[in-house]
Amino acid sequence: MAGQEQQQPQSRDTAVDEDIPAAPPAPAEGQASAATQGVDDLLDEIDGVLESNAEEFVRAFVQKGGQ
Amino acid sequence: MTAAATGRPADVSGGLPVGGAMRVMGSETEYGIHAPSAPGANATMMSARVIQAYAQVTRQRAAGGAETRWDYTDEEPLHDARGWTLERSAAAPEQLTDQPPVLDAEAVALAYGRAELEHDGEDESGTLLMNMVLGNGARLYVDHAHPEYSSPEVTNPRDAVAWDAAGDLVALAAVRRLASDRDLPPINLYKNNTDNKSVSYGSHENYLMPRNVPFGDIVRGLTPFFVTRQIICGSGRVGRGQDSSRPGYQISQRADFFETEVGLETTIRRPIINTRDEPHATADKYRRLHVIIGDANLSQTSNYLKFGTTAMVLSLIEAGLAPRVEIHEPVAALQAISHDTSLKATVRLLDGRRITALDLQWIYYEAAAKHAQDTGVADAVEGDGHTHAVLERWSATLTELGSDRAAAASSVEWLAKLSLLEGYRDRDGLDWDNARLGLVDLQWADIRPEKGLYYRLLARDRMKRMVDDETIQRAMTEPPSDTRAYFRGRCVSRFGTDLVGASWDSVIFDVPGRGRLQRVPTREPLRGTEALTGALFARHREAGPFLAELLGLSPGS
Repeated sequence: MAGQEQQQPQSRDTAVDEDIPAAPPAPAEGQASAATQGVDDLLDEIDGVLESNAEEFVRAFVQKGGQ
Repeated sequence: MTAAATGRPADVSGGLPVGGAMRVMGSETEYGIHAPSAPGANATMMSARVIQAYAQVTRQRAAGGAETRWDYTDEEPLHDARGWTLERSAAAPEQLTDQPPVLDAEAVALAYGRAELEHDGEDESGTLLMNMVLGNGARLYVDHAHPEYSSPEVTNPRDAVAWDAAGDLVALAAVRRLASDRDLPPINLYKNNTDNKSVSYGSHENYLMPRNVPFGDIVRGLTPFFVTRQIICGSGRVGRGQDSSRPGYQISQRADFFETEVGLETTIRRPIINTRDEPHATADKYRRLHVIIGDANLSQTSNYLKFGTTAMVLSLIEAGLAPRVEIHEPVAALQAISHDTSLKATVRLLDGRRITALDLQWIYYEAAAKHAQDTGVADAVEGDGHTHAVLERWSATLTELGSDRAAAASSVEWLAKLSLLEGYRDRDGLDWDNARLGLVDLQWADIRPEKGLYYRLLARDRMKRMVDDETIQRAMTEPPSDTRAYFRGRCVSRFGTDLVGASWDSVIFDVPGRGRLQRVPTREPLRGTEALTGALFARHREAGPFLAELLGLSPGS
C-alpha cells in the first residue's frame, strides 16, 4: 500500500511528461467546410421532406385539448 | 443492499433494489392527430380510426371476435393524493376518465364525411373500437381527442425508453394501415405536446412509490427538480406563450401551459405536481405518482434521463435526502428557464440565492449520486445494473450543456431541434415567426421515419441511440418480463378469444364451459412476471386449464 502511494506521484509525473498532447491543430479549412457541407446536405435533404406550403400546413394543424 | 436493510418494509419495493433508478414506471403519450386532406375532421373519430387500424394490423380483433376491452372498475380519476375525493358534479367532463367515451352519429359524420355517412356511416358507430389492450401489455385508446399509448409497466429507465418508443411503432403501423385505405383521408400522428394555437396535450410518466411517503415531501423534493429538468428532457418549441403569439424558441413544449404548483386537474390549471391518486395497485401500500409536466420525447437520451433521473430523485425523497432547496414562484421560474436557451438565466431560491437551472440539476445529481453510492446500487459491477449508467449519462449531459453544446445537440432534444432551426435561419435568413420554422418544429415530431425530422437526424447518426432498433421492434409485441405486464400481455396474445376485458390491475376471462366471468386481479405490479408465470403459460395452450391451475380450481369447476 505504502509502496503504491510512493510510486503514484512518480508515475503521474511520467505520464504527464509523456502524454502532453501536441497543441490541438487549428481547425483546418477542410474540416470546417466539411462540417458546413454536412449541415448543407442535411438541410437539402430536409427541404425535400418538408410539407409544401408551410404556412397553410402549420395553420391547419389545430388540436383539441388534452391532458 | 436489500430493502429490509434500509429499514423500509421489504414488500413495498417488491424486491427491486432501492436507492437508485429502478422502480415500477411507465409512460403515456397522447399523439397530435391531423388529416391534412380533411381539415376539420372530428379528432375523436379520427383517433378511433387509429385504434381500429391497429386492431386490423394485429388481427387481435379478428382472432378474438371482439377486442380485449378495457375494464373500468378500478379507475379513480377523482381521488386526490392529498386525501380527498372530488365530487363528480364539480369535475370537468374530461376528468371523468373512468367512463367509456361515447360517440354519436354526428361525430361519426364529422369524421368520415357526408359521403361516407350516406354509405354506412351510422352503422360504423356501433362497432368503433375505442380501447385496446396490446400483447406487449400496453393500452391503446382514445383519450379525449387524441390516440393515446400507455406503455406497460417496466422496472428501469432503459426499458421505459424501449416500450415508449414501441408505442411510436404502434402509432406508425396504424398510420401506414390508414394510408393504404383509399376511401378515407390519411392521418398523420405527431409525438409533440402543442398545436401552438393555445392547446396542449400530454405526455405523462408514472412512478410507483410507497404509500407512506408524505405527499408534502414529494411536492417539496420534486418541484425544483421538475422546474429545471427540462434543460435535459425538453423537446423544444418554436413560439412563446400558450398561443405562440411571441416569436422565439423555448426549451419546453409544455412549460407555458402550467399555471399552478399542485393540483388534481390535468387539462385545465395544469399543476407542476399532479395529485391524481389512482394507484392501480394495492392502495394501502402504493401510490402511483402521476407526472404531467414532461414533454414527449423522441430523443432516446432525453427520454432515458427523464425517467432515470426522476426515479433517482424519488429515491432521494423516500430516504428523506432530497436537497433542501425551494424555488421562489416555481411556475414563473419554469417559464423563465424554458425561455432562456443560453441556460444563463437564474431563478431565486427562498433563501435569497440566485441559481441557474444547470446548477440546480448539479445539486440534485450530487445528492442522488451520493445516496446511490451509499446504498450500493451505483456500483458499476455490484450495483443494480441501471443506476451507474444513469449517473454517468446525467453528469456527461450536464457537463456538455455547460461547456460543449454541439456535443449535447446529439442527445438533448431541444438542442438538436434548435441546431436544425439555426441551420435554416443561417442559410435562409428566417425570422422566428417564419412559418417554415414552425413547420420544422411540427414535422420534427411526425412519427413517420421518412417525414419526421428527428428520424432524419437519427438516420444520419446525428442523434444518439440508447436502445437498438431490434429491441424496440420486439417491445412492440413482447411484454416486459419483470412486471405484471408480462401476465397481461401474454394473456392477450395467448388467450385473446377468451378475454372480455383487462386493465392495469385485472384480466377478465370468459371461458366456455364456466358459468361466470373469472376476474384475475393483478394488484401487485411486480408479480405476474415471467419468472412467476412463464412456466404456467408454457404448460397450457388453452384458457380453461390455464385458469384452473392459476386459480387452484379443479378443471371444469
